[in-house]
Amino acid sequence: MSVSAETDHPIPAASARQRRLFQFGMSAPGALATSILVLFALGIVLFLSFRTNDGSLLGGAFTLRNFLDTLSDPLYATIILRSLAIAGFVTFATVVTAYPVAYYLAFHAGKHRGLLLFIVTLPFWTSYLLRVFAWKVVLAYNGVLNSVLLTTGLTSEPILAFLNTPAAVVVTLAHAYAAFAILPIYVALENVPRSLIEAAEDLGARPVTIFRKIILPISMPGVMGAALVVFVPTVGDYVTPALVGGPSSTMIGSMIQAQFGKANDWPFGAALAVIVMLVILALVVGVRFADKHIGSRT
Amino acid sequence: MSASAASSKNATWLKGYILIYVLFLYLPIAIIPIFSFNNSIQAAFPLAGFTLEWYRSLVNNENLHRAFETSLIVGFSAALLATTIGMTIAYMEISAGDRVSRAISALARLPILIPGVIVGIALLILVNLAGLGPSRTAIVLGHTLVALPTAVVIMRSRFLSLPRSYSEVAMDLGAHEWTTFRRIVLPLAAPAIASSFMLSFLTSFDEFIVAFFLSGSEPTLPLYVWGQLRFPKSLPSVMALGSVILLASVVIATAAEIIRRRGASATELPVSSK
Repeated sequence: MSVSAETDHPIPAASARQRRLFQFGMSAPGALATSILVLFALGIVLFLSFRTNDGSLLGGAFTLRNFLDTLSDPLYATIILRSLAIAGFVTFATVVTAYPVAYYLAFHAGKHRGLLLFIVTLPFWTSYLLRVFAWKVVLAYNGVLNSVLLTTGLTSEPILAFLNTPAAVVVTLAHAYAAFAILPIYVALENVPRSLIEAAEDLGARPVTIFRKIILPISMPGVMGAALVVFVPTVGDYVTPALVGGPSSTMIGSMIQAQFGKANDWPFGAALAVIVMLVILALVVGVRFADKHIGSRT
Repeated sequence: MSASAASSKNATWLKGYILIYVLFLYLPIAIIPIFSFNNSIQAAFPLAGFTLEWYRSLVNNENLHRAFETSLIVGFSAALLATTIGMTIAYMEISAGDRVSRAISALARLPILIPGVIVGIALLILVNLAGLGPSRTAIVLGHTLVALPTAVVIMRSRFLSLPRSYSEVAMDLGAHEWTTFRRIVLPLAAPAIASSFMLSFLTSFDEFIVAFFLSGSEPTLPLYVWGQLRFPKSLPSVMALGSVILLASVVIATAAEIIRRRGASATELPVSSK
């Protein structure tokens, strides 16, 4: 909306000043919010992760101990690896199950597309805490699933093994982030040129071939994007392991929370947070790289 | 012929799959309203009987009412901030398009890539540094940050769909940038603004983990629910409360969607034709 090139009459100085004022006023809120709430806040976490814990807000002195501790104690390695594994499982399950839904939306939904899209994304706008709570009720020892199995005679005794397992965490998280995966894949599939598919059909390609050679490769950036937006919130999740996971599925989010709560070691918690952010950063860079090299060739 | 026959057969399979998928999405959530009317502490089949007792227990609960009030205040403030900031960021990115505006927009969408726990601790350190400490204001700041990506994305797609010529014409006719923005851009973007506000409010209203770190003595509604989960006896009341919260979320999200759709196609100028 800059003054177009065709206007050749010179801009008066007052108007130019007003224009600068407008642009400054419009840029200020965003600049302020992002620099304080995003840049400074993340910077302070990074800073704190290199400080000793002396009970003060910004720590006592510089140190690498926080990071060395996470490496030396196998407990932290276990928890970090478990978080990655659970988030990896959830991401894989979510993306694979969401793909057909996105595919249907893009190619077959017809005039019901808008409605179906709304139906599959609506749960995302409901309380995450309540959705996890619902799973706790479903999976509990004398809960919904066991009571259904008992009354239908499929089992004679309640099955203990539902709640407080990593599997419960995976199912609950996959349910919670389903909508996250559908949207990016759907957008990518929408961009598949229909002419390409028609050309392949005319040349006698079978549907499976068309899917494998055209649709899947072109939609890969969407799949990567979906994987990323599912992986990020799951890897640092706190609520689900706490409600349905039990002690055998403690994740890094719970560890970080504990450092800011009971353990009261903020610098160490900050270091754990930095490690999670580094993992996410590596993934983002990896996805960007993959996009560039194996991404859409249209 | 054979290709299209195969594809229609595939579509039938897909339809069945979509049905199962939607059931998987909705059945666990449906558990909450179903058992909120069940006359038993235990949430298990078969249902014991119909009761409104759990809803009645919500009526005179002082702590619950305070938490609800906190959630409303925090939600409105965060939605107002996120929408205003998100709108200016998106407008500058689309209209000016310089490197700084694009960088600000990218930063504003960055919180999507930060797990909630980390947003929570980062802001906890920040508000303590600022001498503010955990408080309602702290939660407002946190929720503004969490809702900002949604606001920017919604406003961006709206500004992108507006024909540039409208504001160019206005400015060629001598309107100042501010006038153009206020008289042309804002009215055209009004549905997106409303939709962004509602979805930001919803994000805040349902948000748990950031508020978990930033709340002082005044819990929000999700924090109240979290506190109640420790007591098996209060689970039926949580189901009743949960049903009300779910209903509110569904109503607000649906309204936001309807407003957004109505507005998405409207590109007529807001001037009357008489």
